[in-house]
Amino acid sequence: MAKAKETVSRTLLVALVLSIVFSVVVSTAAVVLRPAQIKNQNLDIKTNILAAAGMLPNGAGAEEIESIFAQFDVRLVNLDTGDYVEPSFVEVSDPMKYDMYKAASDPKMSTNIPSSEDKAGIKRRPNIAKVYTLSENGEMKRVVLPIHGYGLWSTLYGFMSLEGDLNTIEGLGFYAHAETPGLGGEVDNPRWKSQWVGKELYGEDKTEPQIRLIKGGVDANAADKEHKVDALSGATLTSRGVQQLVNYWMGDRGYAPFLKKLREGEA
Amino acid sequence: MSEVTAKQVLFEPIFSNNPIGLQILGICSALAVTTSMNVTIVMCLSVIAVTAFSNLAVSLVRTQIPGSIRIIVQMTIIASLVIVVDQILKAYAYEISKQLSVFVGLIITNCIVMGRAEGFAMKNGPWLSFLDGIGNGMGYSVMLLFVAFFRELLGAGSLFGVTLLTPVNEGGWYITNGLLLLPPSAFFIIGLAIWGLRAWMPEQVEEEDFKMSRHTHKEAF
Repeated sequence: MAKAKETVSRTLLVALVLSIVFSVVVSTAAVVLRPAQIKNQNLDIKTNILAAAGMLPNGAGAEEIESIFAQFDVRLVNLDTGDYVEPSFVEVSDPMKYDMYKAASDPKMSTNIPSSEDKAGIKRRPNIAKVYTLSENGEMKRVVLPIHGYGLWSTLYGFMSLEGDLNTIEGLGFYAHAETPGLGGEVDNPRWKSQWVGKELYGEDKTEPQIRLIKGGVDANAADKEHKVDALSGATLTSRGVQQLVNYWMGDRGYAPFLKKLREGEA
Repeated sequence: MSEVTAKQVLFEPIFSNNPIGLQILGICSALAVTTSMNVTIVMCLSVIAVTAFSNLAVSLVRTQIPGSIRIIVQMTIIASLVIVVDQILKAYAYEISKQLSVFVGLIITNCIVMGRAEGFAMKNGPWLSFLDGIGNGMGYSVMLLFVAFFRELLGAGSLFGVTLLTPVNEGGWYITNGLLLLPPSAFFIIGLAIWGLRAWMPEQVEEEDFKMSRHTHKEAF
């Protein structure tokens, strides 16, 4: 028997049978578990949006999150013009199904950012973004915008939530990054994030975002303290990355045209 | 090969033949996934499952595997099981699978899994091999949990995500030790653990490779 199993045909047979058996095992697992995984991913995105908007109750279950999230309108926006576009424009039936980060790697659906303008370090920007708005009685209450950019080691992905005036920050949160735990990783620290609440994006002219992350804490009497946030200690590059990406996405290459139209009631 | 009993196979790897402590295998993931207890426990369960079932599967087909392709056969079995585990985590423990990220996939390259398949399951029956997988998985887990306990407690002031020592950043008094959140700290803790283990069980101390002899020959002046 020891001899019989060493022949070439026997070796090939074992390899073939093994491959078939295990491809069936792996593909079955993937197919069977797929719906549960997609549900998890969507729930995760919704949780992050609610967290950035400060609307996430402690220990909320899946159903509660779904019902709170249902208050939001999911819309697609052309970043260059600032106008809403129909989901059919990006060939999806439901705006939730559009993935702007996947679109960013598709040359037909994104724009190359010249390196001189690429403050957020993202190289390509999708043409169409997915935004989440919440209105009550026809009045805009809240807008949640996806933002991303490079920190020190990794791209940080997050959401910024703005109040109805489209200028005051209501919350900021990053849901995916790989910054150093304890240093740059402190972007997740609730105490640090709470500083952003109430800060103002734009100055008088409402065009150029003015957010600065500064060292040594924000002086309560400083002239433009409404634009300043205390930087993360020991994480100069992560802090700089956050400042740049916020200013990029809220600037005229990002959401500024859209916010302008919203403010004028035209979008 | 001398007969082994089920009890030996199951419990020996925990202290007296610990895969990390004595065999120094599986260090990579021991550094990477031990910053918090929750994540570590899920990683441990995944490794126990993969080691046990890959041992079982390899042992079941051990008489059929041609010697020339035995390593790749073991690899295929292990890789398939790891993918299944990864898919299950993504479906039922999404938060934790996000934190474990690539390290679930890297169980494939965990030397313990492969080492047990080649070293034990190729020569022993399915039941013993299965127990050996569980035993070695537990040996790995004991060490990881030990490391994670100190890293999470001293590095973040919490255990299982529950804050015990309120850190300064959140308005408390405890100045967290940032080093313990970085991978190198696991080296120090594992080193100390191995020292402790060998002080307790001196038979684990390896013989010195060579002995220094007395200096007898006198050089110039």
